[in-house]
Amino acid sequence: MSPPVLQCFGLTRRFGGLVAVDDVSLALASGALHAVIGPNGAGKSTLANLLSGELTPTSGTLQLDGESVTGWPAWRMARAGVGRSFQRTNIMRPLSVQENVRLAAQARLTPPTRLWRNAAKEAAPQIAARAALERVGLGAEAARKAGALSHGQQRQLEIAMALATAPRVLLLDEPLAGMGPEESETLAALLRDLARDHAVLLVEHDMDVVFRVADQVTVMVEGRVLLSGTPAVVRGSAAVRDAYLGQAT
Amino acid sequence: MLGGFLAQLLNGVQYGLLLFLISSGLTLVFGVMGVINLAHGSLFMLGAYLAFAVTGAALPLWLALPLAVAGGAVLGGVLERTLFRRFRTREHLDQVLLTFALILLFEEARAALFGNDFHGVPVPAALDFSVPVFGGFAYSAYRVAVLLGCLGVAALLFWGIERTKLGSAVRAAAEKPEMLQLLGLDAQRLHTLVFAAGTALAMLAGALAAPLYSVFPGMGDGFLIISFVVVVVGGVGSIAGAFWAAMLIGLVDTLGKAYLPGVAGLAVYALMAGVLLWRPAGLFGRA
Amino acid sequence: MVIASRRGHLLLGGAALVVALLPLVAGAYVLQLVSTALVMALFALSLQLLVGGTGLVSLGQAGFFGLGAYAVYFVQGKGAAASLLLTLPVAALLAGLAALAVGALALRTRGFFFLMTTLAFGQMLYFLIHDAPWAGGADGIFVQRPNFGLFGLDYVPARRDRPAVLLWTNLALLCAAYAGLVVVMRSLFGRMLQGIKENDHRMQALGHNTYAVKLVAFVLAGALAGVAGHQWAMTEAFVNPELLGWHRSAEALLMVLLGGLGALHGPLLGAFAFIGLNELAQLVTERQRLVEGLVILAAVLLLRDGLAGLRWRSRA
Repeated sequence: MSPPVLQCFGLTRRFGGLVAVDDVSLALASGALHAVIGPNGAGKSTLANLLSGELTPTSGTLQLDGESVTGWPAWRMARAGVGRSFQRTNIMRPLSVQENVRLAAQARLTPPTRLWRNAAKEAAPQIAARAALERVGLGAEAARKAGALSHGQQRQLEIAMALATAPRVLLLDEPLAGMGPEESETLAALLRDLARDHAVLLVEHDMDVVFRVADQVTVMVEGRVLLSGTPAVVRGSAAVRDAYLGQAT
Repeated sequence: MLGGFLAQLLNGVQYGLLLFLISSGLTLVFGVMGVINLAHGSLFMLGAYLAFAVTGAALPLWLALPLAVAGGAVLGGVLERTLFRRFRTREHLDQVLLTFALILLFEEARAALFGNDFHGVPVPAALDFSVPVFGGFAYSAYRVAVLLGCLGVAALLFWGIERTKLGSAVRAAAEKPEMLQLLGLDAQRLHTLVFAAGTALAMLAGALAAPLYSVFPGMGDGFLIISFVVVVVGGVGSIAGAFWAAMLIGLVDTLGKAYLPGVAGLAVYALMAGVLLWRPAGLFGRA
Repeated sequence: MVIASRRGHLLLGGAALVVALLPLVAGAYVLQLVSTALVMALFALSLQLLVGGTGLVSLGQAGFFGLGAYAVYFVQGKGAAASLLLTLPVAALLAGLAALAVGALALRTRGFFFLMTTLAFGQMLYFLIHDAPWAGGADGIFVQRPNFGLFGLDYVPARRDRPAVLLWTNLALLCAAYAGLVVVMRSLFGRMLQGIKENDHRMQALGHNTYAVKLVAFVLAGALAGVAGHQWAMTEAFVNPELLGWHRSAEALLMVLLGGLGALHGPLLGAFAFIGLNELAQLVTERQRLVEGLVILAAVLLLRDGLAGLRWRSRA
């Protein structure tokens, strides 16, 4: 496997008395899909927020390509190549689908040079946006208002926006939430496809999908890592069954 | 020298307590309802003019206090039911302009009823003396009374919010509006109540302040803006934050004006700037 | 934010032409009134960059407007008139620097707190000018109108021509500011503002440094308000601390709302409507505040998209 792109060591985050994420270390490598599962309140989303710079860790460190990026704000992490989608759809609803993704692609430009140029004449972000939309299967919806898309399409838009920032790491927080079986199927295929050229962290509830697409699975319980291993190992673990799978089914 | 300093210290505390009465209503209304009320300063002014009208009619000043509370509660209830309820979900700009319009209308009413002159309001005769505090130094009995009165109201407010069922509903509403539904509480009634209480507090503060500052057009503006500074420094929806921020600003402003007259006007703003740099969510706000 | 269509811009251009030709037919009083309306339009336009363009409701804009006006006094003192080529950049610079300081702090907060913070800092500027011994006093002070000097070649309009020259100057600056903002809103930068207005949090997650972007917008808006303030001083030949007071900030917000938040040209309509209504109210009653209060109530309750929402608009 290729060397890790994004790595964290002993990541911990407290909210008052509650320890949401407790001493978590993991590594994301390009070409691999790393899934994080766990019961509600296990700290999965908090972990995603720590890795994307949305939250600063109480302790622990974060490395991108071996350099420390601990404490970087979200925009800087994103610009350094860490893209993400959100658990609750987070888009610019009144703007067009194309503009949502174009704004994502625009974040990749070096601003000072062309900041005052007419955006309609700046081709690169338009093209990148187009490509990202095609890749997630929203090419035909580009002109529609983002808020008018169906729930499933908005989830796809989330991913297209993350993709358009040309990330090397993708943090996907429950991208399948609220999707129908058919849409899930398409998206699972897309996730596999994305994992070929990205380091992907997938926070997900849907066990079937996770065991099908993941190269590595980390199980979190009460903020801590219970077990980390291949899907086969995790599926066979009695501890995981007790802590999570047993109670979930 | 020491006596003078003590007097300024007491003035600062008394001013801070008055600010607390005003800003607690502001921060509660925002915390619970999410409404910004620029006309809060005008409500303070109404209380002060009520005191002026009461003493002008040769009635004792203390009569103005229950009148201010009762009148404020009624006025606040009516305003909430007729206007603010409909603006809860509107954008900030609409709320700003609505409440700005109220300021203009209140000022117009004030001009029509009382004219545009400054008016002094006499200190009640029973309190028109000085209390010897400390070696030959004396302090106005009315100021002491205001100080104690404000402290009493503040204690009542804390007790109400921390210890009663209603108070826990208010706290729940300020922290998690969706909690109200779960607790089976009537949000609309709570809003009316909170707004009425905020208005009553502002008018009470106005009535208490009238003899200290006299009454004049636009007197609510200065208090409104300082109250905003209090809320920013204290942190969102936090009563304890409003209290300590009000004390801090009362002291900084009063002592600044007494000992650094050149820059005093800017002292509280510098304080606010410092807090924004250090803790943008306010001293007691959650980051 | 919506930018007027080609047809809309033709209409706006036509209106500008009508204003430019006013000196042929109108007397000094009307010219003065229209000059004031043009200044207020410029002021409201500066605020629209924040409110309609970025979603930032600022209540401190008058502070920068007033500083721009006072720049004339700071440059000239009680002495002779200086050149516009000096006073105007100083006004923009002074207001822009103040906006940089205020914005850097206020933009650390959001929503309601941003509003309160800008209001408080705006009032701080008011008190600064009101109390400072070097600012001409609490009652205000008369200033010389800056002239049109260029390297010793001064053009001072004859008294008879002055209302027309002032009107043309204000009109030219308003047109230039509007055209400049059209370019800004259509640029990559403008698109970022629009994204921030709709979802600041998401823009950050995409890699946009929204704090810096908002600060640039805040400084631009402040500098433009300074230019408007400068034109106020030039038009009225008088400055006072009330120019910085927050009631003026609220009035600018009213003009923005009257004209419509959704359109860049909204504040132009809003300012003229506001000045017109004020003028009408003066004819009818002495109770200005009553009229203004009722107009605001009506506007907030009834006019959701402002005057610009009524017709001819297209997406940028």
